Amino acid sequence: MTDTTSTPLQQAQIDRDSFVVRFKHWLIDDPVAAAALATLIVIVGCAIFAPWIARDHPALQDYNVMLEGPSMAHLLGTDDLGRDVFSRLIHGASASVYAACLAVGVATILGIPIGLIAGYVGGWADEVISRVIDTFLSFPAIVLAIAVTGVLGIGLTNAMISVGIVFAPQLARLARARALVLKQELYVDAARCFGASSSWILVRHVLPNAIQPVLVQMTLLMAVALLAEASLSFLGLGMQPPDPSWGSMIARAYLYAQIAPAQMYAPGIAILITALAFNTVGESLREALDPTSRRS
Amino acid sequence: MLLKLLPGDVAITLAGENATTERIEEIRRIYGLDRPLLVQYGHWAFNAVQGDLSNSLLSGEAVTTTLARVFPNTLFIVCYAILLSVAIGVPLGLLAIVRAGGLADRLVMLGSSIGVALPNFWIAMIFVVVLALNRQWFPATGFVSPWQDLSAAIWHATLPAVALAASGISEVARQLRSSLVEVLNSQHFRTLHAKGLPFGPILWKHGLRNVSVNLLTVISLLVNRTLAATVVVEVVFAIPGMGNTIVNATLQRDFPVVQGAVLAMVLTVITVNLITDMLYSILDPRISQR
Repeated sequence: MTDTTSTPLQQAQIDRDSFVVRFKHWLIDDPVAAAALATLIVIVGCAIFAPWIARDHPALQDYNVMLEGPSMAHLLGTDDLGRDVFSRLIHGASASVYAACLAVGVATILGIPIGLIAGYVGGWADEVISRVIDTFLSFPAIVLAIAVTGVLGIGLTNAMISVGIVFAPQLARLARARALVLKQELYVDAARCFGASSSWILVRHVLPNAIQPVLVQMTLLMAVALLAEASLSFLGLGMQPPDPSWGSMIARAYLYAQIAPAQMYAPGIAILITALAFNTVGESLREALDPTSRRS
Repeated sequence: MLLKLLPGDVAITLAGENATTERIEEIRRIYGLDRPLLVQYGHWAFNAVQGDLSNSLLSGEAVTTTLARVFPNTLFIVCYAILLSVAIGVPLGLLAIVRAGGLADRLVMLGSSIGVALPNFWIAMIFVVVLALNRQWFPATGFVSPWQDLSAAIWHATLPAVALAASGISEVARQLRSSLVEVLNSQHFRTLHAKGLPFGPILWKHGLRNVSVNLLTVISLLVNRTLAATVVVEVVFAIPGMGNTIVNATLQRDFPVVQGAVLAMVLTVITVNLITDMLYSILDPRISQR
C-alpha cells in the first residue's frame, strides 16, 4: 500500500501523507468502519486468546448440566452433552478466523499471480486463463466447494482450501483487469527500457499498484468465506466434532431447538456480526481508496 | 470441467466393513474404478454428451433418473425465491432512492447490510423454530411437488424461499439504489429535470429503463447464488432436491451423482446467462448494434 519508493509524480502526490496519517483520517471520516474494525480486532483477539478467555474446555462434557439455560457458571448455558456454550463460542472464533484467513489466503496465492500474468503477458495465455476463469465463475460457489471437498477429503482445512480454490478466479479477474491497465503506464515502459525482466516488473511495479482493489475484494471475501465455513461445517463437511465451530454449533443446536432454542442464536449472531464487520470495513475501504465511488 | 474426482474409498464403503482385500479389488473392477483417472473421465464425458450420466455407485439408480426427480423441486424453490427477491427488493430500492438520505433510506441500507451477512441456513432454522414449531403457521419440513398440489407446494416452499430470498432482497435493493443514484446524477437526468419534468415520471419512465440492464445482471447473478444457497437450505427443510442429493453423495463419496448434479447446475447457470444476454439487447437496443 505504501509504495513510496516507486515514485512517478502522481504516485508521489497520492502517497504524500504517510500510511499512518491516511489510516487515521480514514478512521475519523468513517466512524462506523472504525467500530467494525474494532469489532474485528476483538474477534481476532478472542480467537487468539480463547484458552485464557473461556476457562472451560470446549469439548469437556458434563452430563449433570445438559441443555441448561444461561447461568453464572455457564454464561450461555450448556449444549446437549453438557459442554459450555460460551466456551465453544469463543473457541469457535478461532476456527472461523482460521477458516476465513485460509480460504482467502489460498485464493490470493492462486488468483493474484494467475491474474497478473494473464493481464500482463496477454495473447493466448490471457485467452486461455480468461476462459478458465469464466468457466469457474459460472459454477455456483458452494456447490463447487462441496464437490472439491469431496475430492480433498472432509475436514475444516480441506473445506477451506476448496473455498479458496473457488474464490481464486474472482481475485484473478480483478488482478488481470488491473494488470491490463498498469502495463500501459509510463513507469512500466521505463522499467522495460532499462532491461528489467517481466517477473521483476510484475512484482516490483505492477503488483504494488494493483493491490488496492484486490485488498478491498479480499476483505469482502473474508465475509463470504466465513459464511461458507459456517455452511460447510453445518453440512458436516467442515469442522469435525468434538472441535467447535460456529456452523457445526448451529447444526448441533438445531437438533434440540425445541428444548433449548437459545443455543441456536448465539453462534448465528456471532457469524452475522463478524460477516457484517468484514463487509463494512471492505465497503469503507473501497470508498476511501477509490475516488470514483465517493460520490454515491 | 476439470473436476475429475479421485475414486477415494467408495469401493471400501460398498464392500462393507469386514470385506477382504480381494472383494474390494473385485468391486473396483466391476465399477471401473481401477482404471486410470483420465480414462474414467473420458468414459464419463463421452457418455455424458449422449445423455448418460452413468449410475449411482450406491443405489445403482441412473443419475439422470435421480436428477429428473430432484431437480424440478430445487428449480421451483429457486424460482420462488428469486420472484420474492425481485418483488420485495425492487420496491425497497425505490423507496430508498425516493427518500434518499432519509430514515427509510437508512433503514433499507442497514437491513440490506444485515441481509447479506446473514447465514441463510441459520435464518431458515429460526423460521422453522419460530414459525413452524412454536406457532405451526407453516409446515416445518418436507416438500410437495407443484404438479400434485400447487397450493400445498407453495405453502411448503414459502419458508425455504423466504430464507433464500433474504440475501437476494438485500442484493436487489442495494444494487438498484446504487445504480439509480448514478443514473439520476447524470447529465441527461439534469436536463429532464431542467425542462420541468416532475420527479415521479423521471424515475419511472427514464430511471427504471436505464437501470433495467443493471437489474437484469443482478438477477442473473442471483440465480447462481440462490442455486448455491439452496444446497444448504434444503438440508434444513429436508427437501428432496439437488442440495440434499449433492451433500449426501459427497458424504458417501458417490461421485457419479456429484458429477451429474454439478453438471446440471452449471448447465442451468449457463442457460440463464444465455437468456440474460439475449434480454440485454431487447432492453437496450444499443447493445445489439455493437
